[in-house]
Amino acid sequence: MSEKRTPFVRLAKRTDIDPKKAWLIRVASIVVALILGCIPMLFTGTNPIEAYSVIVQGSLLRPVYFRQTVKIAIPLLGCALAIAPCFKMRFWNIGAEGQITMGAMCATYFALYWVDKVPSAVLLVIMFLASLVGGGLWALIPAFFKAKWNTNETLFTLMMNYIAIGIVAWLQGGPWEGRKGSQLIPMFDDAARLPNLFGVHIGWIFVLVLVVLMHIYMNKTKQGYEIAVIGDSQNTARYAGMNVGAIIMRTMFISGAISGFVGFMTVSGANYTLYSGVADNVGFTAITVAWLSQLNAFAMIFISMLLAVISKGANTLQTRLQVPASISDIITGILLFAMLSCEFFINYRLIFRKKGEEVEA
Amino acid sequence: MNTLVTLITAGITFGTVLLYGTLGEILTEKSGSLNLGVEGIMYMGGAFGLAGAFYYEKAAGGIGNGPVAIVIAILAAFAAGALASAIYSFLTITLRTNQNVTGLALSIFGTGVGQFVGEFMRVSEGGYVALSNPLKEAFSATIWPDALIRIPILGPILFSHTIFFYLAIVLAIVMSLFLNRTRKGLYLRAVGESPSTSDAAGIDTTRYRYLATIIGGGISAIGGMVYIMTTAGCVWNHEGLAGVGWLAVALVIFCIWRPLNAIWGSVIFGAMMIMYLRVSLPFIPTEIYKILPYVVTVIVLIITSMRNSRDKQPPASLGLNYFREER
Repeated sequence: MSEKRTPFVRLAKRTDIDPKKAWLIRVASIVVALILGCIPMLFTGTNPIEAYSVIVQGSLLRPVYFRQTVKIAIPLLGCALAIAPCFKMRFWNIGAEGQITMGAMCATYFALYWVDKVPSAVLLVIMFLASLVGGGLWALIPAFFKAKWNTNETLFTLMMNYIAIGIVAWLQGGPWEGRKGSQLIPMFDDAARLPNLFGVHIGWIFVLVLVVLMHIYMNKTKQGYEIAVIGDSQNTARYAGMNVGAIIMRTMFISGAISGFVGFMTVSGANYTLYSGVADNVGFTAITVAWLSQLNAFAMIFISMLLAVISKGANTLQTRLQVPASISDIITGILLFAMLSCEFFINYRLIFRKKGEEVEA
Repeated sequence: MNTLVTLITAGITFGTVLLYGTLGEILTEKSGSLNLGVEGIMYMGGAFGLAGAFYYEKAAGGIGNGPVAIVIAILAAFAAGALASAIYSFLTITLRTNQNVTGLALSIFGTGVGQFVGEFMRVSEGGYVALSNPLKEAFSATIWPDALIRIPILGPILFSHTIFFYLAIVLAIVMSLFLNRTRKGLYLRAVGESPSTSDAAGIDTTRYRYLATIIGGGISAIGGMVYIMTTAGCVWNHEGLAGVGWLAVALVIFCIWRPLNAIWGSVIFGAMMIMYLRVSLPFIPTEIYKILPYVVTVIVLIITSMRNSRDKQPPASLGLNYFREER
């Protein structure tokens, strides 16, 4: 007997993995997730193959469905882009939900009360700017306390979500209520609506432009470099003479502003009104989009479309096969679990104990 | 006075739900895991708790025994929550995924599963899932004799609650004793503060994190079950349950990670959530009441970070994974 046996499984960090193999592992994880997603379908007595084909048909194969899928993907992608710099900085901003809501609220103010005062194009620009300021300032609050007193940002930003949502709920039933007792804010005038291009509001062009801009910002600018350094080590950043607090606040303002912009697109391009559920969990889902994309702006396009396909497809599934639409959340959840775990197999190599091997020489 | 009594009583009713969610999350966070999946966990607890009681009654031929149904509901909810947290633990502890992202994924997954089970039961049972009236009463009945409840003021405040409230109090006390008075509790806290130090001291950090997170998740899930079986009247109601898990996360901060504080904290939060129904103050619209718990939590968070007193901080390694190889 040796004194200590080699553990059954050992880990070794992979230093260089063939990018092809890494992608193979990622694709395999998606396949595994889709197979696991069959379980709830079988429960309801639905044929999984049929169900998946309905999901694909019902989200991509008809122009009208495809447009709706894109409409779901726009805020997800926009918001994932907003979150990326924060996460790169290891600032866990999970307050995008509130920042979207605040941006939407500020834009809505002008849509409701300035609609007669200025021409449509000017109004939209004002709404756009208002949403940036609204979302940005809302994000700045936790950033300020983080910079000054190191207040836990995860919990702070989380709480700010529900405060923002509560404020809108109050406006909805109070000062901004349309018909008395309706608990609804009136629909926007045409002048305050974003125009469509190819059947989808032009927000899709904006987010695609934003993908390129964010890629450049994160990888090619001084500010992007500062963010990366802080993410690696705050002490290094300080030693290099960076004002860490100021950079945290600046990055959060930018992040919140982009989330606010997503809010503006949602009220002005999709819903044409404001209600307390305007963010609709996009702020949370977008975090997973950003993370699964490894904070790569271009990969976010693919991931956000993937989640949008599941979401839209599940709606069709409900109407066609009477499977509860909540199955989309289950499949999304399984997909996220699988894709999160697969990074482990990309970063580490498992070494199994060989027969007869007792102690590592 | 009467308003105050009804407010406190109602606060306790809703607070009980929160108390389970919070106690579970305290245990989880003490080990250094920030499980943001509580919302999903409580959904699953609600759905599986209801399913447990419902299918038990069905199997018993429509004449279920109250206490048995309660135990089954608790076990079903606990198992669902423990299973959900086991996924979270496996991903974050063994596969080393980011805790925030994994927690949010669990939230999405859990709300989906809860909703799915709730709807699936409704559809498969022909549109309506409900327990028989005697069983419903078993869940919402108090355990004390009438005489005690009739004591003015104190009666309704102390003795008018369901068994779940008293169980939660016991749980809070036990958890507080465990964390502060036992060696294992000390080890657990050490793991949450500094896993590398505990590892060097020979504590099995992985095991502590796994157990605390899984048991914590199970406890949180009971909260969802309590909501469905008492407040919602044994009917699946996802709208009522929405946001409760997040509120429980807030309450963990509000009571600065102490189980005993969670008892009165949950009553205050519960009261704040239903205050708009009972007390109408001029100039304060009802919707503003509902954000009070979150505002108060933010203030607590800010003050504790400003004061920087050592015993009122989040566990130092909260949200951070521990890799022995990467020290």
